[in-house]
Amino acid sequence: MTQTDFARALLDPEADIPVGITDPTGRPAPKRFSVYRNNVASSLTRALEAAFPTVRKLVGDEFFAAMAGVFLRAHPPNSRMLMLYGDAMPGFLEGFPPVAHLGYLPDVARLDQAMRESYHAADIQPLPDAEFQRLIGADIAGLRLRLAPSLRLVRSHWPVVSIWAANAEGGPPPVPGPEDAVILRPEFDPRPQRLPSGGGAFLQGLLEKRTLGQSLDQAGASVNLPGILSLLISGRAIIGVDE
Amino acid sequence: MSYQSKSLVIAGAFAAALSGAATTASAQENEKCFGVSLAGQNDCAAGEGTTCAGTSKVDYQGNAWTLVPAGTCATMELPAGADGMARMGSLEALDRDLPSA
Amino acid sequence: MLDQTGGGLPAKPGTGYKPQHFASILADPGPVGWLEIHAENYMGDGGRPLAQLRHLAQRFPISVHGVGLSIGGEAALDLDHLERLKTLCGWLNPASFSEHLAWSTHDGAYLNDLLPLPYTTATLARVCAHINQVQDVLGRRMLLENPSTYVAFSETAMEEVAFLTQIAERTGCGLLLDVNNVYVSGVNQDYDPQSYLDRFPLLHVGEIHLGGHDEDRDDHGNRLLIDSHGAEVVDPVWALYAHVIAKAGPLPTLIEWDNDVPDWPVLVDEAARAARVLEAVA
Repeated sequence: MTQTDFARALLDPEADIPVGITDPTGRPAPKRFSVYRNNVASSLTRALEAAFPTVRKLVGDEFFAAMAGVFLRAHPPNSRMLMLYGDAMPGFLEGFPPVAHLGYLPDVARLDQAMRESYHAADIQPLPDAEFQRLIGADIAGLRLRLAPSLRLVRSHWPVVSIWAANAEGGPPPVPGPEDAVILRPEFDPRPQRLPSGGGAFLQGLLEKRTLGQSLDQAGASVNLPGILSLLISGRAIIGVDE
Repeated sequence: MSYQSKSLVIAGAFAAALSGAATTASAQENEKCFGVSLAGQNDCAAGEGTTCAGTSKVDYQGNAWTLVPAGTCATMELPAGADGMARMGSLEALDRDLPSA
Repeated sequence: MLDQTGGGLPAKPGTGYKPQHFASILADPGPVGWLEIHAENYMGDGGRPLAQLRHLAQRFPISVHGVGLSIGGEAALDLDHLERLKTLCGWLNPASFSEHLAWSTHDGAYLNDLLPLPYTTATLARVCAHINQVQDVLGRRMLLENPSTYVAFSETAMEEVAFLTQIAERTGCGLLLDVNNVYVSGVNQDYDPQSYLDRFPLLHVGEIHLGGHDEDRDDHGNRLLIDSHGAEVVDPVWALYAHVIAKAGPLPTLIEWDNDVPDWPVLVDEAARAARVLEAVA
């Protein structure tokens, strides 16, 4: 018996128990082997439940647990750090027929995943206010902003922030319409916020290392630049400037 | 917009944001430690027993998969499919590039 | 190289650290003299988990207990993971680092369970090579924990105690003796836990684990215990523990509770029970 045989039978409930696995008297022991099968499936299901609280609430506990069973066999973790397990979930949901009618679900999963990434991201001090004041006098359109590692952008055709707020905080029912979410973590608690008009395109420009001027071009005429910058500054998300 | 006027627009936006933004002083790390924590996910415990999650049949393409989502999605009136997308899309152009996950 | 760089754990009760207990631990640690963390939960880049750990490490000796190194794996150790462990042990300088006699990864997939291995000359050589590598990279002595097992392997050619003794002698590593695992495996593998402990090389033991288990039945109706870490330590395990301590003297003793984690006072009560056993021989 090799670990390949063991691992394959672990993830496939229909597979035969590997040859050479017995009880202490040498008899076949399928139920004993199923302790390991169960440990793998139930521990990964628990990890996914903790990882995707909004998705779970939307589809319900029973459905989520069953869906997690399908997911974990198709996408077992490829890292030993389970805190970040699940980056394949949005793509999985896009192709999972039983949730095809819930078009927003993949983006909600992106938001849940981004929240966890933000929670574990590095701690970096923001740029001091005095530095901002100095920038205002400079050739500012040619500058590139460095953003906090805990910042995440999730752009969506769906009202993802409203869906999140309705499920996580009892917010009002979401109304149809696109929302771009920025996750900011001014201290240790990440929080998704809806970006004002043009904010998604502008922030995407900054994340792609475009200059402020180029990002402004990308954001379109209706961009609410003071609103976006106010969010980033109060969210302690601007950590540096590159000339 | 010219380069100079872009700089003016951006500088004005920064000035407005700085005057309005609540740049509260950061709490000491010791205080910040006390907030809500996400549970660590790696541990060395075994699961609940021998028969539940590990041995259930999971092939949703067969007839075994009969579950339907039954959470708060029932209360979200967000239409599915192309019609719903088009109606929502009227609020904002849909031809922009969405970032990959 | 084989010095315990972090100085070793005190011969007192410790508990597995859970973030929901952060404030309670600082307010009233009771008899708890040290804390154990699962290494993989502190391999993120920052945020509250690392801040809490920095804070706790100023007050308590910390034991880093890895669950994902897959020391018993057929494949080579994951060098990236080993490097992350080195980083954690580097800035934290924990009092102890331990891992499991088990495997948990295969072909790039992390299976998130402590999977068993047959005890043969081939697996012994592989485990020893991996432990040597870990100790070399970390620059410190590690402890290896005896597993809870549920199945037997027809190819096993060596008893577990002999296997662990050989590992300790060949690599210079210490052993982490999980008394609940001895009890669980004893019932599951039909051996006498007391006799297992009488043969165990207590000289090499640097830490004890105590935890709770669940009970089930196997295909033939025999008792099958499952190492759930979701309940109090049972009386037969306390008796085995007292036997070990009477023989070996006081040892750092961890109360492990990972599922259905109770409020802090419940863990303090379990730790107090361990403290009474330790004080009896001090």
